[in-house]
Amino acid sequence: MAYKIRVNGVDRTVDVDGDTPLLWVLRDVLGLTGSKFGCGMALCGACTVHLDGSPIRSCVTAIEDVGASAITTVEAIGDTPAGKRIQRAWLDLEVVQCGYCQSGQIMSASALLASNPHPTDSEINDAMSGNICRCGTYVRIREAIKQAAKSRVDK
Amino acid sequence: MLLDRFTSFAGGSSGSSPESVSRRTFLKAGAAAGGGLLVSVTISKAIGDAEAADADAFAPDAFIRIDRSGQVTLIIPQVEMGQGTYTSMPMLIAEELEVELNQVRIEHAPPDDRLFGNSILGFQVTGGSTSVRAFWEPLRMAGATARSMLVSAAAASWQANASSCRAEKGEVIHIPTGGRLAYGALVDKAAKLPTPGNVALKDPKDFKLIGTSAKRLDAPDKVNGKAEFGIDVKVLGMKIAAVAACPVIGGKLAHVDDWKAKSVRGVRRVIRLEDAVAVIADHMWAAKKGLAALDIAWDDGKNADVSTEDIVKQLEDAANRPAVVAKREGDVAKAMAGAVKTVDAIYQLPFLAHATMEPMNCTAHVRNDGCDVWVGTQVATRARAAAAAVTGLPLEKVQVHNHLLGGGFGRRLDVDNITQAVQIAREVDFPVKVVWSREEDIQHDVYRPYYYDRLAAGLDEKGLPIAWSHRVVGSSIEARWAPPAFVNGLDSDAVEGAAGPYAFPNVLVDYVRQEPPPGLTTGWWRGVGMTHNAFMVEGFIDELAASAKHDPVAYRRALLETNSRMRAVLDLAAEKAGWSEALPAGVGRGVAVMFGFGTYIAEIAEVTVGKDGQVRVQRVVCAVDCGRTVNPDTIKAQIEGGIIFGITAALYGEITLEKGRVVQSNFDTYQMLRIDEAPAIEVHVIDSDAESGGIGEPGTSAIAPAVVNAIFAATGKRLRRLPIKTADLKSI
Repeated sequence: MAYKIRVNGVDRTVDVDGDTPLLWVLRDVLGLTGSKFGCGMALCGACTVHLDGSPIRSCVTAIEDVGASAITTVEAIGDTPAGKRIQRAWLDLEVVQCGYCQSGQIMSASALLASNPHPTDSEINDAMSGNICRCGTYVRIREAIKQAAKSRVDK
Repeated sequence: MLLDRFTSFAGGSSGSSPESVSRRTFLKAGAAAGGGLLVSVTISKAIGDAEAADADAFAPDAFIRIDRSGQVTLIIPQVEMGQGTYTSMPMLIAEELEVELNQVRIEHAPPDDRLFGNSILGFQVTGGSTSVRAFWEPLRMAGATARSMLVSAAAASWQANASSCRAEKGEVIHIPTGGRLAYGALVDKAAKLPTPGNVALKDPKDFKLIGTSAKRLDAPDKVNGKAEFGIDVKVLGMKIAAVAACPVIGGKLAHVDDWKAKSVRGVRRVIRLEDAVAVIADHMWAAKKGLAALDIAWDDGKNADVSTEDIVKQLEDAANRPAVVAKREGDVAKAMAGAVKTVDAIYQLPFLAHATMEPMNCTAHVRNDGCDVWVGTQVATRARAAAAAVTGLPLEKVQVHNHLLGGGFGRRLDVDNITQAVQIAREVDFPVKVVWSREEDIQHDVYRPYYYDRLAAGLDEKGLPIAWSHRVVGSSIEARWAPPAFVNGLDSDAVEGAAGPYAFPNVLVDYVRQEPPPGLTTGWWRGVGMTHNAFMVEGFIDELAASAKHDPVAYRRALLETNSRMRAVLDLAAEKAGWSEALPAGVGRGVAVMFGFGTYIAEIAEVTVGKDGQVRVQRVVCAVDCGRTVNPDTIKAQIEGGIIFGITAALYGEITLEKGRVVQSNFDTYQMLRIDEAPAIEVHVIDSDAESGGIGEPGTSAIAPAVVNAIFAATGKRLRRLPIKTADLKSI
């Protein structure tokens, strides 16, 4: 059936089964391939997007459960103050290597920073341990979140 | 060395190390199609063909195009999988060409071994930590030559002497008048000039870019979702396929009942292959639902009862078979007989999957007159050959569109996914993107071999080894992947570094090939032979040090008297780690050294072992000498990431078989290190002007032995196989 969803501020209508995970709607139906497939079981975080600002794993979120919530993907996270600071810190500290997991990392980190402007190490662990990076960029992810927390908000 | 045999089977100078092979670079400049200057770079593949640079032998390895807007495009065969090649290669050009780094753009090279063969490995491949080593001089020469031609063109425009002009930031400046001409305005004129020979390269002390931590050129698009990996390809009319291969290794498809799958909304086709079945649908979810709705009967074949225990038993038996000698110096038997003490041990390493974050995938469109393949691959020409073999099309009718790789680690040196995707795509008349589930990716990988090694040493009265023997038993990757390199039953990768960086007076390294059951394929895994042998050697050396009651660092120092670069990294790591400082109970420090890929590395791990046996790596200090550096920050990043990759394997990595099936399936059963488990990592890079070494793999190779040696220091328990089992370390 047809579902009306709001993605990055734009209303979209998609005609898929209600159990279709949001990830595949984004990637295969809407062509928003910034959100990545990694495991399909909410184990790796590569598919992380925001639902009304909260990070969710889109690979296990059925389209029928999205409702009127605003979906934000990595393609638009730079339009949010926290997302912008996270992206800049990621570039400043050269976090990325292969880059495949980084969409999800950035979405988790942006949500953390938006809700907690000065996260401690253990809060960073709690927010980020659901995101796997096979290239092993964890040391820099932690530093980049701390740097973003120190940087000033651009209005 | 891994690289030697590839040079030799590519027709190069067998026997000499790549460092000593005098490769020569040939440049040819001319007009680019559509305007601008094109410089082709050819690296002679061996001593001897340097003189044979006739038209036929002239097969460029890279191209540099400067267009009328001044945009510099570098077309290279190397692929970007996180290691920073897409930044280091442009740095080499930009330095000599005198342009800003962000003026250089990269294009993926199309598949062509003649045009784009890696000068060290001999064909088009990104692997073995070879990129900087292969292109260090050629790309700088190309940049310098193009700059010289642009300066000459500008001087001619001004009717001035070239020596009164200089190049800076993409412009030529006439020093006396301050006149300026941008490169873009000079390219057509420069293209008509003869290619100058022997343009002088910069003295390294004048480098402005090389040796500085330049910003990665691929990073901006990787933080905003724009970067396109193979899995992100969008082709007009494309459908998506989910696939299931026979869960028993080597098994076949017997029968499929697909009526339920065909009634799933969005499902288009069900494709039967010899050993797999695919469902093609409008999107991935419909394909997955279709796949789940199939009623499949598999023909399990001969491996239906195979377990890991069977495979290990075969390896154990093989260890007693006659072996092929890889290295023999002195007389080990005699020295052992005369030793004050002998020590022996069996070390084992498990099968490992790669688990690249981007699961295996490939998009293919097969037509009567040609085939297009969209994929991220480390071996573009093999990808093309695979598609040609399936379709029966000539090579030139197959186009491979290479992409960013969401992790390689050796997995994308194989093309099984490409063969399969083309087999599926040839059954339909539209493009198909085949995406493996994570379960397919882990259960149908090409696995790092299981190794079962026997080590023995004879010690003198001081406890130092006077005899060293190491028998390597395991599958040969070379025999499958590079048959010409597998000579006289010896897999040179399997035995690489099997005596470590040490100078023992009597050495015997030998090898017994024992393959797992057909259907279980082994392949390259980050750090290759060095990762395997550094674990065996550095664990065993630590045992010898303990048996002689020597400090592990001091013991290694004593064995490295003639190896000053190795000693220097060992000393630096020990100093930075505070090696001699006391640690609390339950915490241990362990060291390992390695020489491989032209790079010297020492790693010291600080590890806590809980009473419940839980191991936590708290801190790793690394010292590395990889010769002269192009992008120092990338070196640190590669070491950091390599260490995490190696710790993941040490703590968790293990593929096992039951009833012929891989037991592990997703990240719950094939665990990865996560941020809350990641140690603090310090990387200290030694300033050096020696020839560049590789950096993608050494970080991984040396870490597992450092961790098990630290566990020994903390608990007195010697672990001789990976992964580390909590149960072995419980003290309550």
